[in-house]
Amino acid sequence: MTAETAVIDTSDAADAISVAPNWKLVWWRFKKHRLALVGGVVLFFIILIAAFPGFFSTQNPSESNKNGSFIPPQSIVLWDKGPAFYAFAVNGARNKRSFRMEWTIDPTKKVPLRLFATGYEWKVFGLFKTRIHFFGVANPEAGQKFHLLGTDRLGRDQWSRLLHGTQVSLSIGLLAVFISTILGLFLGGISGYFGGIIDMAIQRLIELLQSIPPIPIWLALSAALPRTWSVATTYLAITGILALITWTGLAREVRGRFLVLREEDFVVAAKLSGCSQMRIVFRHMLPTMSSHIIAAVTLAIPVMIINETFLSFLGLGLRPPAISWGVLLQEAQNLQSVALAPWLLLPGVAVIITVLALNVLGDGLRDAADPYH
Amino acid sequence: MLYYIVKRLLILPFLLFVFSVIAFLLIQAPPGDFVTSYVAELAASGSSMDQIQIEALRQLYGLDQPVYVQYFKWITRLLQGDLGISLDFQKPIADLIGQRLLLTVILGLATFFFTFAIALPIGIISATRQYSFFDYFFTVFNYIGVATPTFMTALILMWLAFTELGITITGLFSPEYADQPWSFGRVVDLGKHIWLPMVILGLDGTARLARILRANLLDELNKPYMEMARAKGLSEWRLVLKYPVRLAINPLVSSLGWYLPLIFSGSLIVATVLNLPTIGPLLLRSLIGQDMFLAGAIVLSYFGLAVIGTLISDILLAWLDPRIRMEEASK
Repeated sequence: MTAETAVIDTSDAADAISVAPNWKLVWWRFKKHRLALVGGVVLFFIILIAAFPGFFSTQNPSESNKNGSFIPPQSIVLWDKGPAFYAFAVNGARNKRSFRMEWTIDPTKKVPLRLFATGYEWKVFGLFKTRIHFFGVANPEAGQKFHLLGTDRLGRDQWSRLLHGTQVSLSIGLLAVFISTILGLFLGGISGYFGGIIDMAIQRLIELLQSIPPIPIWLALSAALPRTWSVATTYLAITGILALITWTGLAREVRGRFLVLREEDFVVAAKLSGCSQMRIVFRHMLPTMSSHIIAAVTLAIPVMIINETFLSFLGLGLRPPAISWGVLLQEAQNLQSVALAPWLLLPGVAVIITVLALNVLGDGLRDAADPYH
Repeated sequence: MLYYIVKRLLILPFLLFVFSVIAFLLIQAPPGDFVTSYVAELAASGSSMDQIQIEALRQLYGLDQPVYVQYFKWITRLLQGDLGISLDFQKPIADLIGQRLLLTVILGLATFFFTFAIALPIGIISATRQYSFFDYFFTVFNYIGVATPTFMTALILMWLAFTELGITITGLFSPEYADQPWSFGRVVDLGKHIWLPMVILGLDGTARLARILRANLLDELNKPYMEMARAKGLSEWRLVLKYPVRLAINPLVSSLGWYLPLIFSGSLIVATVLNLPTIGPLLLRSLIGQDMFLAGAIVLSYFGLAVIGTLISDILLAWLDPRIRMEEASK
């Protein structure tokens, strides 16, 4: 009896596999890749933060406090002879010789915290005003403050700045990859589909662009952006500069796929049945390679994020008052500030975690992209 | 082989021409001409320049003429070996970048050999002992190596060396050798300082190359010729090194084409953090100070290094892989 069920089960499974659509096969294959799943979950939380940085912040990221510079991170106490939710207060005193604020943790004074606390005003998607935050100081009226990741040179809250930087850095990565994907799909597509002299011309262009070292070009182009431009304009210009050179890799990938697919039976069949070229490309060829494209795009985003960080770190990318991971790391540019306030390096940890998550996820997707293999 | 190299060499002038145009356009990119901004800068610092000198400068660079004439003047002077004068430093550009260029090349090549010396054994052992502790360890190491921006590694190491050991690790020379002419002592001093930037720059590349090698080698290890060689009694290590590694290494060599130029330009950021006397920090300074002829010369040096790097890898690849030179020769 049991043997019989087993036989039926396997044949059911085999049936399920043979009738499953492409995306389902890809998903089954992807699910086996544990690490990639973890990467996906981590990325989900990062995107959540990037969507609502104000909600998770504890303080206005641009608000400076000249008497609160370089406060070290304050850890949260969750267990103190029972569930608790508070942090220890810090006491500051000015060093008589260096005139620098020096901070000590005061274990006798507690700063009570609470979930869904009321804090500074922020806007959901820039539309609705609210004062609710995920967590924060329980009674801000008493003038109590809490800095999870400490403060920077100007006494701005590092945690809140990090979260707002997440929004900018992640979106620059996504937008730049989006632009280069469009360029890559378009040029790689016509190159691979038509072949011949068009292919030749586009391939030479790609080879030329790929032989140019990108970093000096990026630096020179960013340096040429007028300093008077607004934050939003600079943001778009930097995105464009990043996308300008990186589309070539994707174009190559797409072209290679097209060259293979062009000879496939189903494409020939579509051609013989009188499909228009547009229909063949968009209805028959592109969906077959979509999983490959998604994998390539996922692997391109971290490269963009790192590049934006480089540019801003060197002072040629986004400029304050814009907040991005690179801009935040600019504060940690020399040994003096790092030795004085090591927590200024924490935005770098955010970069590493995000890039790791994206790379792991991208590798999983790439392995799953061809489920018939 | 010769045919292949000659063909590669023939593309060079064309590539250099295109690159010089790009470098020139970059010089032109900032709004306003640089003589005007230079005069304004002088005026701001209290000194001035008489009208005749200004006119002479304009004439020299052909600033009142169309762009292509300016390009032509620039490239002619460049070909005659005259890179011009840095307005910021008030020194000939050739003097400024000569020494730095040499150090950039030395650092790049050192990183390159370091990367291969580390990546090859890691890749081979990870593939032959797949799913062992060693393999997992280096998989994690590789992921982190790729995910960490080089300047982060530099900053963290600098910070650790400062807090734990109490030393500052910047520059490529000790102060007593910094401005000295080359001597044996200076070379030794360079050797004592270069390892840190070399390791920092190499980590990212090591991670990438080891991953490529591992994947390629895994494809080869299951092929029937391996069984055959084993059946004939070849020792495992000789077998691996003699056949699959030689095949798996080819894609690695073709990655040199982008890797060597990438080290040269990638060293820019680490060099800025560690304050190395290479051309990178100078480019940054000239770009921020709008010293555009210096910037143009440095960008062009980077392009030159990239072209040479690509050429070296092309020749290496043809030398290592008979299929490539045969294919090229039969055309």
